[in-house]
Amino acid sequence: MNVALKVEHLNKHFRQPEDFHVLQDISFSINKGEFVPIIGKSGCGKSTLLYLLSTLDTDYDGKIIINDTLVTGKSQNELAQFRNENIGFVFQFHFLLPEFTALENVMLPALKLGRYPKEEIEAYAMEKLKQLQMDGFAHKLSSKLSGGQQQRVAIARALVNNPTIIMADEPTGNLDSGNTKLVFDIFNDLAHNQGITVVTVTHDMDFANNADRVIEMADGKIKL
Amino acid sequence: MTVDTFIAQRHLLANKKQTLVAMLGVTFGIAMFILMISFMMGVNKFMEDTMLSSTPDIHIYNDIKTDYSVSIAGDYYNDKQALIIVHHPKPKQVTLNIKNAHGIINDLRKDATIAHISPLLSTQVFYNYGSVQINGAINGVNIIEEAKLFDLASKMTEGVPENLLSTDKGILMGQGLADKLNLKMGDMVSLVTPKGTSMRLRVVGLFKIGIGTIDNTRSYVNLANVQQLMGEDKSYITDINVKLNDNKMAVIKAAELSKKYNYKAEDWETANSSVTASNLVRDVLTYVVSITLLVVAGFGIYNIMNMTINNKMKDIAILKAQGFAGKDIVQIFLSQSLFIGLLGALFGELLGFLLSYALSNVPFPHNDFISLKYFPVVFMPAHYIFGLVFGLVTPFVAGLMPSLKASKIDPVAILRG
Repeated sequence: MNVALKVEHLNKHFRQPEDFHVLQDISFSINKGEFVPIIGKSGCGKSTLLYLLSTLDTDYDGKIIINDTLVTGKSQNELAQFRNENIGFVFQFHFLLPEFTALENVMLPALKLGRYPKEEIEAYAMEKLKQLQMDGFAHKLSSKLSGGQQQRVAIARALVNNPTIIMADEPTGNLDSGNTKLVFDIFNDLAHNQGITVVTVTHDMDFANNADRVIEMADGKIKL
Repeated sequence: MTVDTFIAQRHLLANKKQTLVAMLGVTFGIAMFILMISFMMGVNKFMEDTMLSSTPDIHIYNDIKTDYSVSIAGDYYNDKQALIIVHHPKPKQVTLNIKNAHGIINDLRKDATIAHISPLLSTQVFYNYGSVQINGAINGVNIIEEAKLFDLASKMTEGVPENLLSTDKGILMGQGLADKLNLKMGDMVSLVTPKGTSMRLRVVGLFKIGIGTIDNTRSYVNLANVQQLMGEDKSYITDINVKLNDNKMAVIKAAELSKKYNYKAEDWETANSSVTASNLVRDVLTYVVSITLLVVAGFGIYNIMNMTINNKMKDIAILKAQGFAGKDIVQIFLSQSLFIGLLGALFGELLGFLLSYALSNVPFPHNDFISLKYFPVVFMPAHYIFGLVFGLVTPFVAGLMPSLKASKIDPVAILRG
């Protein structure tokens, strides 16, 4: 199997208010098409780990390799470009842009990438929304949608640039059980039928128990 | 349209009221700038025109020498050892005419930068009318030349300048002076010089330049009449007035002429330094007030951009997570600021123009000494270009800091909540 994500000897310190060794010598790798939840108690460092993997946080020691590219040490602008092309994000609080319609929210990352003309992007974004059964709400302002609907739009947005990895931070943290199941099924489908690696931080044990493999963290270390 | 401008546009339209308020700040600032500068420049132009209607570009005359550094007393004693000190020297008796005036005039006529030359013989006189006696001055001139120099034809309230040529002993009198002496067209007035000679003249025209001190004291008489009155010959001239093609050259040209002919040559700016100084004060005042207004407008934009960015922290974080780089964020917010500035400036220029136009149609309160019908306003493209440039620079500076701040937002801190 191809390796999608590889981490070597990752160390991170929080220096404020006092020095705290939050991630301690973490190494692991995740294959393409794997669905891997990261679980652990609050404060164990799992979100911190996710933000390091996502390249948003660059203040760490060690190496992160995504799709055979060493992302450690790249400049902020290079990383922005890299995220745009390779990583899709889903967050706990949906984080859609409220002034834009659902469809426009999905289109924005693709417009930023600028690889295809606007019409094609629009058609493709629509297709992604349809895949998540949100096509009926495409032209509604995102602020007018319910929490579950917003999360599905956010997933469609994460998929629009055909990323190889989806990273999610508590994607179901704000959803009821019905929507949680829906999101789980979507992620499962993405990983197993479309070969997209899904890495997600979660508290939801049901979510974790049905996944391929679980990375459990405790006190800044991976429990094996 | 790039995706950055698409986002910027959506932000502006989502907060129409806020956009409008920021824009109105710029609009008002630019409008006031246009109004103030148009009016102030109008006043300056009016002052300059009035001044130039009574002051030649260059005035060449024979000044009383006040250089007492050389004395012939030493020659008289002819003693190399003696130290000669002369206390309280007085100017020697001189004739104040310009020697070889005709030669100088003919020489000046060859100069391509000079438009008109008017020779002048000026003297103090008393105007007698009945028992009234008023101190004043007469200018003996070649009226055709003098009229060209100061556009006298347009300043006549009665008669025409050429009347002086068709009358044997005519006089063109300042309106204020004529009113004081109760003189009408065709009346006779007698002049007495300080030397005691006198002459009777007929009023053949009245003029009003718009400066009280001139209208109340000055008259024009044919050069030959004044020479006759003073008992001088035909070549006796005290002043030469010169009009240049470009009056901005006067300072340089005056120095050149002074050196060449060895007479005092005074340019109009020096002769009217108080007017030039007050013009400068008005200019400075205009720019200070205008820039203050625009800076205040700039702070308005700065505040609103700061507020927008504080409200959009999450959006900025999400954009960054999705691959928008710092420069994209700067572009998104700076373009909003520039758009507000550009549109505000354009509306401001329009409003400024309308206000200045309205002001130029407001009648000026009637005044005997100032020949103004309406408030003086000038319309100059340069002011509008300056307004536009400032309308773009201000929001650029005001928007840059918040935009840079936005681009430096750490998405992790916000996304983690």
